[in-house]
Amino acid sequence: MRGMTIIVRKITQLVAPVIFLYGLYIIVHGHLTPGGGFAGGVIMAGAFILPILANGSILPNLRKEEAGLELMESAAILGFLIIAGLGLLFSGSLIFFSNFLHKGILGKLVSAGFIPIENIVVGVEVCAAMTTIFIALTVFSEEVPK
Amino acid sequence: MILFILCFVLFLIGLYGVVTKRNLIKIIISIAIMEYSINLFFILIGYIKGATAPIINDEVQAAVFVDPLPQAMILTAIVIGLATTALLLAIAIRLYRKYGTFDIRKINSLKG
Amino acid sequence: MEVYLLILLVLMILGSLYSLHARDLLSAVISYGIVGFGLVLSFLFLQAPDLAIVQVVVEVITLIIMIAVIKNTSREELPRQTNYKIAINFIIILIFAVVFFYIFNRMTGMLSEFGDHFTRMATPYIEGSGKTGSANLVTGIVFDFRAYDTLGEATVLFTAVIGVLTILRIKGRKKEE
Repeated sequence: MRGMTIIVRKITQLVAPVIFLYGLYIIVHGHLTPGGGFAGGVIMAGAFILPILANGSILPNLRKEEAGLELMESAAILGFLIIAGLGLLFSGSLIFFSNFLHKGILGKLVSAGFIPIENIVVGVEVCAAMTTIFIALTVFSEEVPK
Repeated sequence: MILFILCFVLFLIGLYGVVTKRNLIKIIISIAIMEYSINLFFILIGYIKGATAPIINDEVQAAVFVDPLPQAMILTAIVIGLATTALLLAIAIRLYRKYGTFDIRKINSLKG
Repeated sequence: MEVYLLILLVLMILGSLYSLHARDLLSAVISYGIVGFGLVLSFLFLQAPDLAIVQVVVEVITLIIMIAVIKNTSREELPRQTNYKIAINFIIILIFAVVFFYIFNRMTGMLSEFGDHFTRMATPYIEGSGKTGSANLVTGIVFDFRAYDTLGEATVLFTAVIGVLTILRIKGRKKEE
C-alpha cells in the first residue's frame, strides 16, 4: 500500500498518540463515565490504523505485527477466563465471575471490584481483533495469488 | 408507534436488498442495514420519556434511568456486527479473486 | 424530541434506498454511511452515550474496510437485467413482508407506547448497583451481572478474526526450525 504526502504523515504523527491516550482514558474510566472496554478498544485500534494508512506499509513488517497481535488477542481472552476462575476460587461462594475484590466507594477511580481489570482485558482484546481484521482486509487482499 | 413502524420499514428495505440484488457488496450492505435497524429497535423500546442516561451521579440522585438492559445487549451486538461484516467481506474478496466478478449468478459453479 | 428522531429515521431510509440503487459501488458505500451516522445521532437522542461512542468508531472502521475492498476489486455495478426472476423475487418479498408485518403487529401490541416503557427485568439491576459498585450501570451489567454474554462475545470475535485470517492468507507462514 502506498503512503500519503508529508503533510498527512506529520499530522498523523501528532494526532495518533492523542487518540491512543483518549482510548486509554475511556477504558480506565469505563465504570464511571460512558465508555468501557468495547468503546476504548475500538478507539485504540483506530490509533493503530491511522499510521498504517498514512505511511503506507511493507508486507513483511505487517506479517510480524500480525503475529504479535494474534498473541495479544489470545492472551487477553485467557486473562478474561483466568479472572473469572479467580472469582470461583477466592469468593468462597463457588460462583464463576463472582466479584471477589473490594468494592470501594461508588464514584472513585479505584472501585467496583474487578470491573476495571475486566475492562482493560476486553479493551486489549477488541483492539487486537480490530487491528488484525483491518490488516488482513486492506493489506493481505493486495497480494496476488500465483 | 410511528417510530417502530419506520424502523420496521428500514428492516424491510434490507430484506429487499438481500433478495433482489445480485452484487455481493450490495448484499453485504443490506445485511448490515437490517442489523442496524434491529439495534435501533431495541434502544427505542427501552426509552423512557424524561429519563436520563443510566449513569449514577451525585447531583441527580433520584432521577429515573433509561432501561440499561437493551443497551448492554446492543453494546456487544455492535462489535460482533463489525466482525461478521468483515468475515463476509473476506469471503467476497476470495470469490472475486477466483471468479473475477461479484455477480452471484455467475458464481454458481461450486460443485465438487 | 420525537420529531428529530422521525427526521433522522426518514433520512436513514432515504440513504439506505439510495445505497441499494446507486450505479457506483463507492457511492453506495458512502450513502450506507448515512445510515450508520444517523444511528449514532439517534443513540444520542435516546440517552445511550455508550452505544454512540462505540457506533461512531465502528462505523468509521467499517467504511475504511469497505472502501479498501472496493478499491482492490472493482467499483462498477453490474448491468441491469430484466427477466422473469424479478417477478418471482417481488412475490417472495411481498410474502415475507406480509408475514413479518403480521408478527410485528402482534408483538408490538404487547409493548407499551414509545416513551412509556417501565423497567421489568432491569429493576434489580438498577437497584442492585451497590452490589457491583459501578457508577455506569451499563458497564455493571455487561461485566458483572451478565459477564457470560461478554465471554461469548469475546469468543465470537476471536473466531471471526481466525476466520478472516484463514480465508485471506494465501502464502502459509514459514516454519521456523
